[in-house]
Amino acid sequence: MAYPFQLGFQDATSPIMEELLHFHDHTLMIVFLISSLVLYIISLMLTTKLTHTSTMDAQEVETIWTILPAIILILIALPSLRILYMMDEINSPSLTVKTMGHQWYWSYEYTDYEDLSFDSYMIPTQELKPGELRLLEVDNRVVLPMEVTVRMLISSEDVLHSWAVPSLGLKTDAIPGRLNQTTLMGTRPGLYYGQCSEICGSNHSFMPIVLELVPLSYFEKWSVSML
Amino acid sequence: MLDIEFQKSPKGKWTTPPFDPRFPNQNQTRNCYQNFLDYHRCVKRMNRRGKSTQPCEYYFRVFHSLCPKSWVQRWTEQIQGGTFAGKI
Repeated sequence: MAYPFQLGFQDATSPIMEELLHFHDHTLMIVFLISSLVLYIISLMLTTKLTHTSTMDAQEVETIWTILPAIILILIALPSLRILYMMDEINSPSLTVKTMGHQWYWSYEYTDYEDLSFDSYMIPTQELKPGELRLLEVDNRVVLPMEVTVRMLISSEDVLHSWAVPSLGLKTDAIPGRLNQTTLMGTRPGLYYGQCSEICGSNHSFMPIVLELVPLSYFEKWSVSML
Repeated sequence: MLDIEFQKSPKGKWTTPPFDPRFPNQNQTRNCYQNFLDYHRCVKRMNRRGKSTQPCEYYFRVFHSLCPKSWVQRWTEQIQGGTFAGKI
């Protein structure tokens, strides 16, 4: 989950998020290179006594500083589009989980086999046990099997919400009357936290999401225990 | 929902609704609604012909997996009350 003074993204827990991390590294490197080059040139401009007031044309350098940015933009666009298309790949999920946003909690439904549904409220700060995370823990976590493609269907029962889990690179709006689909694939077991990402009233900051990714056998035992 | 036994997923056969190329994008609202309609239409027509509604259970399993329970409940109540807007 997030930690104080964090600068970068959270560790990736899905293949798409890994791709996004690398893409961000690549693009940020380009940004740093251009910024430092520009700052260096500005510093040179400001620290010289030389002047040149008779520039008439500069065809060569103008060509370079048109072509080179175009190439840089292509070098950014190609990986970006690759990831965009990767997100839309058709995969065959093994499990469907629905989540409905409410003011101010999430409810989850696992209805492929039996009818399993429960609400997931934030644990108030007063009731946290030692070591638990403030404003992030919930009473009932979303338990899911790891390394399994899960179809998440997200909607809302009242106002706009947004279901986000940064570690898996997921953020999908919960819109009343609309069923939004996203694909979830966790590569390792663990607890992954997220928060509602669309303003939805007074307790918008207090309706977190916690995914608990576990081996399939644990998931099966848990789902039987929740029925 | 006449045949409870048929509606329970066949063990080892049903996992989750497959990809439906009619609804390839993020918005799956129509996927849920269409299967709900198709189930009720199928049941109505099979009953009218006096045939078993067992083949209709596929549609039931799909909308049961995809549609939020509150939506199904609301639509079912509307069907029972004669106020459902869809054509069955």
